[in-house]
Amino acid sequence: MTKKSINEKVAFLIFRVLGIVVIGILFWILGFIIYNGIGVISWEFLTTEPTEGMTAGGIFPAIMGTLTLVLGSMVVAFPLGVMSAIYTQEYAGKGWTVRFIRVMTSNLASIPSIVFGLFGMALFVNKLGFGDSIIAGSLTLSLLVLPVVIRTTEEALKAIPNSYRTGSYALGATKLQTIRKVILPMAMPNIFTGLILSIGRVSGETAPILFTVAAYFLPKLPSSIFDQVMALPYHLYVLATSGANMEQTRPIAYGTALVLIAIVLMMNLLASLIRRKMNKKLKMQ
Amino acid sequence: MKKMRRILGKIVEGMLTLSGMVTTVTILLIIIFLFKEGAGLFKSPVVEEGYQLYVHSSNPVNSLTPIEIKQMFDVDIDNWKTVGGENSEIMVFRFDDIFNLYSDEEFGSDYELLPVKLEEVISQNKNIIAFLPSQYAPKAGVNVKNIEAKKISIFDFFGGKEWIPTSKPAHQFGVLPLIWGTLLVSIVAILIALPLGIGVAIYLSELAQNRARHYLKFTIELLAGIPSVVYGFFGLVVIVPIVQRLFQLDVGETALTGSIILAIMALPTIITVSEDAMRNTPKSLREGSLALGANKWQTIYRVVIPSSISGISAAVVLGIGRAIGETMAVLMVTGNAAILPPSLFEPVRTIPATIAAELGEAPTGGTHYQALFLLGCILFVITMVISVVAEMISKKPQNSGV
Repeated sequence: MTKKSINEKVAFLIFRVLGIVVIGILFWILGFIIYNGIGVISWEFLTTEPTEGMTAGGIFPAIMGTLTLVLGSMVVAFPLGVMSAIYTQEYAGKGWTVRFIRVMTSNLASIPSIVFGLFGMALFVNKLGFGDSIIAGSLTLSLLVLPVVIRTTEEALKAIPNSYRTGSYALGATKLQTIRKVILPMAMPNIFTGLILSIGRVSGETAPILFTVAAYFLPKLPSSIFDQVMALPYHLYVLATSGANMEQTRPIAYGTALVLIAIVLMMNLLASLIRRKMNKKLKMQ
Repeated sequence: MKKMRRILGKIVEGMLTLSGMVTTVTILLIIIFLFKEGAGLFKSPVVEEGYQLYVHSSNPVNSLTPIEIKQMFDVDIDNWKTVGGENSEIMVFRFDDIFNLYSDEEFGSDYELLPVKLEEVISQNKNIIAFLPSQYAPKAGVNVKNIEAKKISIFDFFGGKEWIPTSKPAHQFGVLPLIWGTLLVSIVAILIALPLGIGVAIYLSELAQNRARHYLKFTIELLAGIPSVVYGFFGLVVIVPIVQRLFQLDVGETALTGSIILAIMALPTIITVSEDAMRNTPKSLREGSLALGANKWQTIYRVVIPSSISGISAAVVLGIGRAIGETMAVLMVTGNAAILPPSLFEPVRTIPATIAAELGEAPTGGTHYQALFLLGCILFVITMVISVVAEMISKKPQNSGV
């Protein structure tokens, strides 16, 4: 064997080991949470309130709170994001406006989530006087996920072959009709992946809700959009860092982490399944 | 009918155009609100609101910086000479001290004589510095001088070495330890993640079987979606004890722990972006190299890596951007102590963690609140710059420099 091929053998061995180690680390995290959390999960855990200073009972209010925030933020972010993407993709042409909007969207995506928290507190909580409330938290989160919705919708619209547009125009349809009757129905499944990805993202965010909505402990369900709620990620943070009985809250923390991961991963998995199916379908046509 | 439809089309187009502007408007609003609240800090007095500092009128010192005030009251500075006065020992006088000098009856039934007594104390001591509530301001006498109410300066903020928002009489909003902490944790994180991430990227793009690559990439992309609070929790229960035992430390919540968690979090981004860049190396380049007799390894490190260097750099820059802005995970594992200079094996405090930890306690509109918004501005500017740099790097033609 020459020196050259020994070098190659050693280098490749190192990379294989590296690959296995890193992927091992990532799976270790997942496995660790699942292994420790799975024993805690039960119907009762998911459907009852925390009791005895959060050392016993379930996480029902936190699950409901997260669902409320997901719903609230999607009601705003989804239509707004889809409309914004339709504008840049179908209406705005290729001028500097579109380039500017794209840069702004990617800039918005790079802003740290804690800055959204600050902004939400300054605008929604203080300036508009919503206080710590579902509406303040939802609006903050919806701004955070706007870039996700916009990008996936743009991709979805780009994937529709131009022949569909020209074909529709040739039949005498207006631009609006073409978008409504031809483009949107075809792009819908891919647009929905944006919705699903955003749901995953919103469920896991902690920093933006710290000062806009999240409640430390609130065992009742909200009655209006101006109420505070508990939320899964914040609940996990509270359980992990500020309990008097760390020993007793640990299992509940593991359970909460598992529920959170399950929601997020299921959303991401679902999104990529839809995307793969759609890509196949578009290729076949 | 036709006209109706045209009008409807125009309305819809208008709505679409408006929503097209939504991200731009959001960024503008963020800038306005962040900077408006943050800039308020520089209009705030150095001394805690509702209080004043008084000295004897013969004292040549007219103004003091926050750090000087703090050091005087901590008795780190004990001579007026240090702050530009005469050579005499400083006598620190707090409001409560007055009650040790006089009995309650002497202040009158409604404390109406309190200002008089305060004036008495100040005029009797030439080397005094007194920290008193404005409410009981000493009777303006010939011998009492009010230290000019200076505003917190940009230099106090960006050059200050101490972050103690609750310190009395002058809050310390020195941002240096936070900036150092943030940079230390993020850069070490990237130094850990970069070799690992590129190694995995090489493995995935050059060595792994098609099927294996497909599934591994899919899994890595999924793992990128795990919420940061879960990474923080994992770090707290697993990495913190490991670091503590491994390096025999008193506490495991250190800068290094934060870096390790951030490195793990940055791995998926670095792997996917650099793997994409490597796979985009033109086939002609690879084949050219192989045809010249280079083996696969030589081709990788002489051809594939140089040609994908801009993609890899973009991955690094993006990774740093993420790491700098990451809040929850860092907050949970770094111990949050603002120490300068920061050390890898001691607790540190980053900018985002400071905001998250302190905003809840800072009264709305107060100096502490404004200081935290100013931290948000710093974070905003840093991430904007990084995002633009990443954009510029990844736009460069892939094959330049080969």
